Amino acid sequence: MKIAVCIKQVPEGDARLVIDADGISIADADLATEINESDQYALESGLRLAESQGGEVVVVCLGPDRAEEAIRRALAMGAGRAIHLNDPAFQGGDAAATARALAAAIERENVDLVLTGLQSDDAGWAQTGPILAARLGWPSATLIMEIEPEGDTIKVKRELEAGWFQWVRLPLPALLTIQSGISTVRYATLKGIMGAKKKEIAKVTPADIGLAPDEVGGAGRKTRTTRLYVPEKTTGAEIIEGDTATAVATLVEKLQKEAKVL
Amino acid sequence: MAGAIWAITESGDDGLKSISFEVIACGQALAEALGSSLEAVVMAADGSAAAEALGAKRVDAVRVIEDAALAPYTPDAYTAALAQAIEADSPSLVLFPHTYQARDWVPRLAAEVDAGFISDVIAHRVDGDETVFVRQPYQGKLNSDCVFAGDGPNIVSLQLGAYLADDAAAGDGSAEIVKQPVDLDGAASRTEVLETFQEVADRVDLSRADVIVAVGRGIGKQEQIPIVEELSEALGAQLAASRPVCDNEWLPMDRQIGSSGQTVTPKLYVAVGISGAIQHLVGMKNSGTIVAINKDPNAPVFSVSSYGIVGDLFEIVPELTNQIREAKGTG
Ligand SMILES: Cc1cc2nc3c(=O)[nH]c(=O)nc-3n(C[C@H](O)[C@H](O)[C@H](O)COP(=O)(O)OP(=O)(O)OC[C@H]3O[C@@H](n4cnc5c(N)ncnc54)[C@H](O)[C@@H]3O)c2cc1C
Ligand SMILES: Nc1ncnc2c1ncn2[C@@H]1O[C@H](COP(=O)(O)O)[C@@H](O)[C@H]1O
Repeated sequence: MKIAVCIKQVPEGDARLVIDADGISIADADLATEINESDQYALESGLRLAESQGGEVVVVCLGPDRAEEAIRRALAMGAGRAIHLNDPAFQGGDAAATARALAAAIERENVDLVLTGLQSDDAGWAQTGPILAARLGWPSATLIMEIEPEGDTIKVKRELEAGWFQWVRLPLPALLTIQSGISTVRYATLKGIMGAKKKEIAKVTPADIGLAPDEVGGAGRKTRTTRLYVPEKTTGAEIIEGDTATAVATLVEKLQKEAKVL
Repeated sequence: MAGAIWAITESGDDGLKSISFEVIACGQALAEALGSSLEAVVMAADGSAAAEALGAKRVDAVRVIEDAALAPYTPDAYTAALAQAIEADSPSLVLFPHTYQARDWVPRLAAEVDAGFISDVIAHRVDGDETVFVRQPYQGKLNSDCVFAGDGPNIVSLQLGAYLADDAAAGDGSAEIVKQPVDLDGAASRTEVLETFQEVADRVDLSRADVIVAVGRGIGKQEQIPIVEELSEALGAQLAASRPVCDNEWLPMDRQIGSSGQTVTPKLYVAVGISGAIQHLVGMKNSGTIVAINKDPNAPVFSVSSYGIVGDLFEIVPELTNQIREAKGTG
C-alpha cells in the first residue's frame, strides 16, 4: 500500500503569537513550531498501515524553508521520503489553493490512500482534505477513528457528534482525514533521527507539478484574509488578582457568598 | 440583481436540527443588509416536515431537494445534488452550519462548483460593498477578517452557537415551497454506510454531576493527574477532561467534555489548564458558575468563565484544594 500523508507545520500550542507587520500573519522570528496535531495522528496511521500491509509512506508538505524541520521529524518517525512544495508562489494560499497544489503533487505519485489531519491548528479551515479528494476525483471520509484495510476497499470508523460513530466502506484509492486520538503517536528514535538525514526530500515548484504560479498560493486563492487581530473581550471572567494564597481565598469566598455553589 | 442567499439546513433523526435556525437567522441578517432574497434549503429523502417548519420563518422560499439517494447521508450524493442546484440557479452566497456532516462534504462541494469557502465563521459585517466574515484561527486565540476574492458562488459555514436560533424571525406564511428536481442516478455514492452507533458501555454520565473539575493538556503528564483528582475529591466533584487528555489516555474517553464528548451543565465547572477551544466550550459553557485556572491571560476559556485565576496550576490547584477542605471543614 502506497500512502501519502499531508503534514502542515504550525506554531506550537503554547507558542507566543506575534502578529506580523503585514497584519495578516504570525511573525516568523523565534516561532516554535511543530507538526499539526491531527497530522501527527495521520502520519502514525499511515506508518501503521504500511507496517501491517507492506508499502511506503510519502510525506507531503507545503511550506517555507523552515517546514523542513517538520518534514525531518516525520522522516525520523518512519516515513520513507518526502515531497516539499516550497516556492514563494505557494505561500499565502487558502485551503482551495493549498489543496490544488497538494493534489497536483500527489497525482504524480500513484498512491492508494491519502491521509490528512482533519483540521489545521493555525488556519483551522477543516477543508483541505476533502477538497484534495475532490480534486483527485476520489471518495473521502472525515474524522476517522479506526481503519481496517480490506484489499481494494477500506472500512473506516467516522466520529459523529456527541459520542456517536459510524462505519463506512470506501473503494480505493481514497482520502481520509484523521481525528486526533485515533492511536498513540510514536516518538522518533535516535536511530530514526539519524536515518532521516539520509532520506530524500524532493523540493518542488509549481512548474514541477504542472501548475502556473497564479494557480497556487496568494494568487490562486478564492478567499482573502484582510486582518488578523487579538479579539476584543466583550464578556468574560472576573480575574482574581493577588498572590496564590490570597487569590484562592478570594475565589473560595466568592464561590461561597456570591455564586453560592460551595 | 445578485443571486439569492441560500441557507442550507440539516436534519437528524428527530427532524430539523436547531442549528438550521441559526443559519436562517444569519441569512435573514445578510439578506436584509445586502438587499438579497433568502431561501431555506432542505436536502432529504422526504423533506415535507422540515419544509413546513422553515416556511413559517421569514424566508422568500423554501427549496426542497428531495431524493431517495439523500438518505442515509453520503458525501457524494449530497455534493452532486447541491452542485446541480447551484449550477441551475446560481445563488450568490450559500450558508451552512459548521457541523461534522458539513465538514465531510461542503469542501468537496466548494471544489465541485469552484466556489470560495470561508468556514467556521462567528460573525459578519457589511462594509460598503464588501461583506466581511470573522473567523477564529489559531485555536480561537486570534480573530481574522475574511472576504471572498471572487464573485461566487461563495460558501460560508457558521460556527455552532455563533448566531441564535431564536433570532430567526417568523414570516407571514407566504414563503413558497419549491421542489427542486435533481438527477442523482449518474452520481452513485461510493461510500457504503454500514452502521451508526453510540459507544455507551459503562459510560459515566457526567450530565448529572453538580460539580465538575475538568483538566486539560496544561496538566502536562499523566503522573500529575492526582493534583486535580484531589481537588475534585475535596469538592465532591466528578473529574472530566478535554480531548487531548483522553487522546493521551491520561483519563478514560468517557470523561471527555465537548462536541465529541459529553455536554454538561453543572452548578460549578472548574476548568484547569484548558485553553477553551470552541469544541470544548460547546460542551460546558452553559454551566452555572465557571472557574478557569490558566497561565495564559488570553486563553479563550476566560471569555465564558465567571471567575478566573491567571497563573501556574501547579501552585494554584493544591492551594485551592486545601482551602476548599478548610472551608468545608474537612481539612
Ligand atoms: C472536530 C473536532 C472535535 C473536537 N472535540 C473536542 C471535544 O469534544 N472536547 C475537547 O475538549 N476538545 C475537542 N477538540 C479539540 C479542541 O479543538 C482543542 O484542541 C482541545 O480542546 C484543547 O484541549 P486543551 O485546552 O486541554 O489543550 P490546549 O489547547 O493545549 O491548552 C492547554 C492550556 O493549558 C494552559 N497551561 C499550560 N500549562 C499550564 C500551567 N502550568 N498552569 C496553568 N495553565 C497551564 C495553557 O495556557 C493552555 O491554555 C475537537 C477538535 C475538533 C477539530
Ligand atoms: N500547507 C500544507 N501542507 C501539507 N498539508 C496541509 C497543508 N495545509 C493543510 N494541510 C492538510 O490539510 C489538513 C486540514 O487543514 P485545514 O484545511 O487548513 O484545516 C491538515 O491537517 C493537513 O493534513
